[in-house]
Amino acid sequence: MSIFTEAEAKAILDKVVALSKADECTATLSGSNSGNIRFALNDVSTSGIVDNVELAVSVAFGKRVGTATINEFDDAALERVVRRAEDLARLAPENPEFMPAIDKQTYAPTSTYNAATAAITPEYRAQVAADSIAPCRPAGLVAAGFLEDSRSFTAIANSKGNFGYQTSTGADYTCTVRTDDGRGSGWVGRNVTDVAQLDAGRDVAIAIRKARDSAEAKALEPGKYTVVLEPHAAAGLISFMMYFFDARQADEGRSFLSKKGGGNKLGEQVYDPRVNIWADPADPDAPVLPWDDEGMARKRMPVIENGKIANMLYSRYWAQQQGREAVATPGNLIMSGGTKSTADLVRETERGILVTRTWYIRMVDPQTVLLTGLTRDGTFYIENGQIKHPVKNFRFNESPVIMLNNIDELGKPVRVSGDESRFAMMIPPMRLRDFTFTSLSDAV
Amino acid sequence: MQRRDFLALGGLGMGGLALPAWLGKAIAAEQLVSTLDVSIKKQLADAALQAARSAGASYCDVRIGRYLRQFVMTREDKVQNVVNTESTGVGVRVIADGAWGFAATNGLSNDSVAEAARRATAIAKANAKVQAAPVQLAPAPGFGEVSWKTPIRRNAMEVPIKDKVDLLLSANAAATNAGASFVNSTLFQVNEQKYFASTDGSYIDQDVHRIWAPMTVTAIDKATGKFRTREGLSAPMGLGYEYLDGDASQKFVTPNGVVNYGQSYDLLEDAVAAAKQAQEKLKAPTVKPGKYDLVLDPSHTWLTIHENVGHPLELDRVLGYEANYAGTSFATLDKRESGFRYGNEIVNLFADKTQPGSLGAVGYDDEGVKCKRWDLVKDGILVDYQTIRDQAHIVGKTESDGCCYADSWSSVQFQRMANVSLAPGKQKLSPADMIKDVENGIYIIGDGSFSIDQQRYNAQFGGQLFYEIKDGKITQMLEDVAYQLRTPEFWAACSAICDESDYRLGGSFFDGKGQPGQVSAVSHGSSTARFNGINVINTARSLG
Repeated sequence: MSIFTEAEAKAILDKVVALSKADECTATLSGSNSGNIRFALNDVSTSGIVDNVELAVSVAFGKRVGTATINEFDDAALERVVRRAEDLARLAPENPEFMPAIDKQTYAPTSTYNAATAAITPEYRAQVAADSIAPCRPAGLVAAGFLEDSRSFTAIANSKGNFGYQTSTGADYTCTVRTDDGRGSGWVGRNVTDVAQLDAGRDVAIAIRKARDSAEAKALEPGKYTVVLEPHAAAGLISFMMYFFDARQADEGRSFLSKKGGGNKLGEQVYDPRVNIWADPADPDAPVLPWDDEGMARKRMPVIENGKIANMLYSRYWAQQQGREAVATPGNLIMSGGTKSTADLVRETERGILVTRTWYIRMVDPQTVLLTGLTRDGTFYIENGQIKHPVKNFRFNESPVIMLNNIDELGKPVRVSGDESRFAMMIPPMRLRDFTFTSLSDAV
Repeated sequence: MQRRDFLALGGLGMGGLALPAWLGKAIAAEQLVSTLDVSIKKQLADAALQAARSAGASYCDVRIGRYLRQFVMTREDKVQNVVNTESTGVGVRVIADGAWGFAATNGLSNDSVAEAARRATAIAKANAKVQAAPVQLAPAPGFGEVSWKTPIRRNAMEVPIKDKVDLLLSANAAATNAGASFVNSTLFQVNEQKYFASTDGSYIDQDVHRIWAPMTVTAIDKATGKFRTREGLSAPMGLGYEYLDGDASQKFVTPNGVVNYGQSYDLLEDAVAAAKQAQEKLKAPTVKPGKYDLVLDPSHTWLTIHENVGHPLELDRVLGYEANYAGTSFATLDKRESGFRYGNEIVNLFADKTQPGSLGAVGYDDEGVKCKRWDLVKDGILVDYQTIRDQAHIVGKTESDGCCYADSWSSVQFQRMANVSLAPGKQKLSPADMIKDVENGIYIIGDGSFSIDQQRYNAQFGGQLFYEIKDGKITQMLEDVAYQLRTPEFWAACSAICDESDYRLGGSFFDGKGQPGQVSAVSHGSSTARFNGINVINTARSLG
């Protein structure tokens, strides 16, 4: 039993806070049931279920902090974990940047829970694998994929009377389909709160089509091209950039948002005026918990407004140093766009490259957020609004800052989760000018 | 692929409460030095083995793991966080009706592990109904009751936290005094206490230690708004705290005076060098793109070997089991059959899980196979892959290579990379001698940015320090350098390798693979090597 009710969670957290003899006490109780199934070579390879529940207690004596965790919840165990955290705090060096526990917050509940997702069974997971494999096996195609789903709860409390409790669900499905001669590869990904939005049998058709269509790839010279990035292709670059919105880094002079001579670029025009990105825990399409890891209440917060830097991330310590308001760390990124689909953008492209997905994105130069990575699983040449033929994959060296100054058009945002991103995202497909491909890859 | 787990860890410095789940629970420092009694572990293992047999399993292995980690994180004159974690439990894997099943429990009682064995057997029987072909397990001898321990001289977990904090803060102060604008230094220590038992008759008790002391020094020119970093030149190692003794015999000084390190690291010395070099980088001229002969120091080459030899020669990738995530491999089975030329004939690449000081060194892998050394590329020709017991038959082998690893008692063990290294040159050759012959080259020290495609053909690498070589002489530092390669062409361009006196290890502490993801630690050794005519790009951009 790893999903506690609000009353059960509160009873445990109240006891913990009451047991602490430290100056301050903060506790987080969280638990999840998650299940997964993995398939490859048109066969199920592994499947598993993981239950986990854990109580983390952090206490402070002055500026000395100690943290301990436990996964038992009787009175003796609660006493033990609190004393252990206190012992660690007494031994810890003083943290000169210590910040006191947060004051009581007001959390507006967000719709992160869905009953259908919470009720996923091993049979459902097996069916997803079967639905993904079934159309591939007789068609000379090879499917490999992964479904991971979870239901979870998080409860937080501290000695200043703060308390929050919320349940969440999530499901993430990805499938790669390759032609059995290894010459074509396609991919599809779906990230949902409500599993009713997932239909592996329908979704895998996208990967199948791309696998077949990408098989006769021709080489194009590397260089600057107009590109249509599908939302998944754009998400990896944009979410990478958002890790560098920390105000302290910028004020210290080591960020693309640092200003020559000191200070940061808050309020400055950095992107095309059509770029609008905000965080909103209550976004109906990509809801996240209404508090961050520290328990700070998340609110709707513009990050980029009409291309200007509207907000940067001020930690509580740095906000105090700079006389500014601290903000909660966003859990999602919502980017505005238009009404057109990827297909609409392709139809209106005279000449360009359609990119399904970007991969292995890494920082090359933090001064300009120059990123490198590769296209993967479906890269196509567009001419006069038509997809003419598949092209070999490219390596790109491009900065999302430059890319978001070269916008031709933005389409309708869809929900995506990046391979390595911790954000829930709504990202539009986008047509961009002068995207920089620096070499060809033989990889399929 | 190296995932950005390090970013998640960076968050520990600020948040505190949100430990990544794979770290387990936070504990007191003194608990890091205790061990579980081996007789209790054998009793638990026997309970699981017996329960699995009774439930109908034809094979069973039990892993009783206690995973201890300590992280000390600092910046300038501040300790950001000290984290001690422990994760203890038992993973039981069985074959029943020809299929794998796995279950894990954190209960350390005979009843809990027997129940896990029964659950694993039930899962195996369920999986057998949908499985096309039964698992074929390469034979592995039972070793009876044996043990293995990383040959450390000083257990890092026994060193007081205060000593570690003092060392890091001294290094930070040294860098700051030498002109650094900012400095972050961290100490990671890992102890895996692993007990393995199987129905083949092995009871293997292992005590594995690893250590890593990464550092980032930043220099800023406020007037121009330019900033540059220089990462520490240490390597994560399978060593104890003695790695931080700064033993002078383990220093490798380049012809232009850059100090690199072997099996011992001088953090304070490197902190001062990093501060000076970070400032030098601010003023270094930008590289002219084009073809250059690259002279790569082992502190750099390890990552290239990792990405374009280690990963593509993992047999599960070659077969397609990782197709949906990390990808497949260009080095397909037919290439081994046809004697595919992976590189120049001087290129010999080998796997070795016994190398002293390496991250991957263990006595036995996580399915009880004794570890060894074997060739992957011999005289430039692809000759072998890295396998585990249920893959060996696919490539006609009668035994596993011992490449099985799980990052936790609760994770299923699977094929992970062995230490894969470039053999030193057979002729006497020093880096200074090598550089004398280079007309138009770049000398690269330290690892930097890295990215490679899903079949391991096209890669791009940066570095920490770049020096221009003109007519046999190192002339000046360069900036904005990255090189792009196609794997077989890159290794074909390898024209010289220094001798074994220059051989050193580099490595990855957090190499990610699989769904759900698991991390592992692996080393890669080489001597300084030369690669002719490699494409170098300029990475400088302007944001206007």
